[in-house]
Amino acid sequence: MVENKLGRQIPEPYASQYGVYTGEFTHIKHYQRAAAKVQPVKPRQPKLMQSIHDAIVATGLKDGMTISFHHHFREGDYVMNMVMAEIAKMGIKNLSLAPSSISNVHAPLIDYIKSGVVTNITSSGLRDKLGAAISNGIMANPVVIRSHGGRARAIASGDIHIDVAFLGAPSADEYGNINGVNGKATCGSLGYAKIDAKYADKVVAITDTLVPYPNTPIAIPQTDVDYVVQVDAIGDPKGIAKGAARFTKDPKELLIAQYAAQVITASDYFKPGFSFQTGSGGSSLAVTRYLKQAMEKQNVHASFALGGITSAMVSLMRAGLVDNLLDVQDFDHPSAESLAEDPHHYEIDAEMYASPLSKGSVINQLDVAVLSALEVDTKYNVNVITGSDGVIRGASGGHSDTAAACKMSLVIAPLIRGRIPTIVDDVNTVVTPGASVDVVVTEVGIAINPKRQDLMAMFKDLNVPQFTIQELRDKAYAVTGTPAKIHYGDRPVALIEYRDGTLIDVVNHV
Amino acid sequence: MDKLRRTMMFVPGANAAMLRDCTLYGADSIMFDLEDAVSMKEKDTARMLVYSALKTFDYSSVETVVRINALDFGGVQDITAMVLGGIQVIRLPKTETAQDIKAVDAAITKVEKAYDIPVGRTHMMAAIESAAGVLNAREIAQASPRMIGIALGAEDYLTSQKTYRHEDGAELSFARNFILHAAREAGIAAIDTVYTDLDNEAGLIRETKLIKQLGFDGKSVINPRQIPVIHQIFAPTQKQVVKAQKIVAGLKEAEAKGAGVVSVNGQMVDKPVVERAQFTLELAKASNMETEVD
Repeated sequence: MVENKLGRQIPEPYASQYGVYTGEFTHIKHYQRAAAKVQPVKPRQPKLMQSIHDAIVATGLKDGMTISFHHHFREGDYVMNMVMAEIAKMGIKNLSLAPSSISNVHAPLIDYIKSGVVTNITSSGLRDKLGAAISNGIMANPVVIRSHGGRARAIASGDIHIDVAFLGAPSADEYGNINGVNGKATCGSLGYAKIDAKYADKVVAITDTLVPYPNTPIAIPQTDVDYVVQVDAIGDPKGIAKGAARFTKDPKELLIAQYAAQVITASDYFKPGFSFQTGSGGSSLAVTRYLKQAMEKQNVHASFALGGITSAMVSLMRAGLVDNLLDVQDFDHPSAESLAEDPHHYEIDAEMYASPLSKGSVINQLDVAVLSALEVDTKYNVNVITGSDGVIRGASGGHSDTAAACKMSLVIAPLIRGRIPTIVDDVNTVVTPGASVDVVVTEVGIAINPKRQDLMAMFKDLNVPQFTIQELRDKAYAVTGTPAKIHYGDRPVALIEYRDGTLIDVVNHV
Repeated sequence: MDKLRRTMMFVPGANAAMLRDCTLYGADSIMFDLEDAVSMKEKDTARMLVYSALKTFDYSSVETVVRINALDFGGVQDITAMVLGGIQVIRLPKTETAQDIKAVDAAITKVEKAYDIPVGRTHMMAAIESAAGVLNAREIAQASPRMIGIALGAEDYLTSQKTYRHEDGAELSFARNFILHAAREAGIAAIDTVYTDLDNEAGLIRETKLIKQLGFDGKSVINPRQIPVIHQIFAPTQKQVVKAQKIVAGLKEAEAKGAGVVSVNGQMVDKPVVERAQFTLELAKASNMETEVD
């Protein structure tokens, strides 16, 4: 066991293999960028394959290789299950699965793990049945949880080498030009898929909307794509992107949002040309709405909003309050449409979004980020991956990336969910270190990380109740009681990589 | 000095999460409902939940009120549990006569005596929801020294009047004015009825302005979203605040000098005016306005 800087015990051999977390920016070092092997395509050589089976054969996929998928189709994705079924049928085993994330809809993976088709997984997160199965110890090798920026870093630096990427394409031409804005099942930005296309040795585009050459706009170019397959359907549009989320009427979510907006607008960062990132949860969307009111009233407009784009952000841009949207993925249908329509709505890839080892990612330019949490502890560490029962059910996402890089990070969460405290002595699992978290916002008030004395001075007269994080914990425990410790087994089922590739925590089986 | 009762928020007694969260939204009073918001089969649950909530959560920032059931319909058990829980005000619904109040008063007294609680600690208010109740409002308001306010419940009242809510509120003008007079005669608070159309903020603003103009202390609310709207309307103007500051400064000066008479700019100020000024500053403070007296 090696204790990392946060006091978390990291077992060998993983501690030596990955290194342990020593600080937010202590592992940022120069490196040789990885590159894909290229099989050139000659004139008059077709890329269109008759079936997924034929494409798999053409890629030369073999036992022990690494394959990847993107998660832009979220709960509407048909691609991963379709491809995995074919791979299983072909008898290929011992694969490493490296999708950008995994959704509830991918529960069939449990069978492929049991049958030995998949023996390693890296992902941003795990949900529902698969998360529970993995927490219960279904895999011999622990899953590696990586943030969105961390995955881009791992791919660019060669920690993850993708042999074959199977990329769902809302529209594609026969020569592999892809975009996410046209087709039967659109997802908007293909920001996570772009990385796979760039670094994988073999790239298969799987589409249900084959269009005449050239398919423009080009999000992923033909030069990154080896094969194209047409199928009946790549996904369920309803599961891929919902309509604009309705603004919450939950008074508690609104109160949290109002406090968050007050913190942002009272900060020195809130001035013409500022930038922000908010998420897609009820409170987060409401923060955007309250920001809009303040921006209109005080005549402050933003240079860019980043994300995770929602229709709330699009409406700000269309109202002239935000100059640009930098878009790694779209959370709803209107924002996907906006990517096609609005000239200042730009598609960016995951490396540009958040990689700690890029030549400067967008989050480094970000003023304010609003992030969520399952748990926050009195050291300001945040857990977004394991539930109160110790089971993996969340996703790392861009949480640790954005929190580390932006100038002021707000973590918003209700003090208590159901009967479970959110502010605790120690989070079950650290995903984002307390060093990256500046202000915790709950419905009873805020806590400012004491390391940010500047913010404490800035918010001295803010009309929002202020507490220490210990006081917030006490308020939560006063209602729920002190939670009992979770009884974990001794076998690691997930390694939590910090964005720089070191291990910030480990999840054992339950 | 008058207590702030701009908003009295209904909280269904059987909803544990709302019992926990209800203090967050800035209502001056919280009214736990054991009556109409609780289904028949949850009456006992709600009573026990509100009792436990009173014993567990910190309600020190609000006035706690409970709407009990009729005495012959669980109201006696409600009173026992609530008085033991330390509730500040028991509100009797559908009050029609002074006798209704006297009966509840007696029931409260019985519990206070039985458990060595100072008799009179528990206050009362009456909700008036019928023609008889309106016409008996004077006697009701004065029926017990425990009484701190009367509230209009418009929904049942208007049904009994064979009409319904209109935008201009003309159908409620007699009841409002009569209840207000009865309250003022007795020296207690007058609380207006709920505004039920949650999505009609303009309507809520219009109605709140009207009842403020009439002289009501505040309004019952059914959703936290209504609270800031009502508080905004009840906030004093900057001019009123400045005037009140001068009067209170005059009071401090008089106290420092040991003078019995407060004067501002050479003019003598009467005691009720001084009290009103203090209340205005209290209101300003609750409305997050600057109230420092130099």
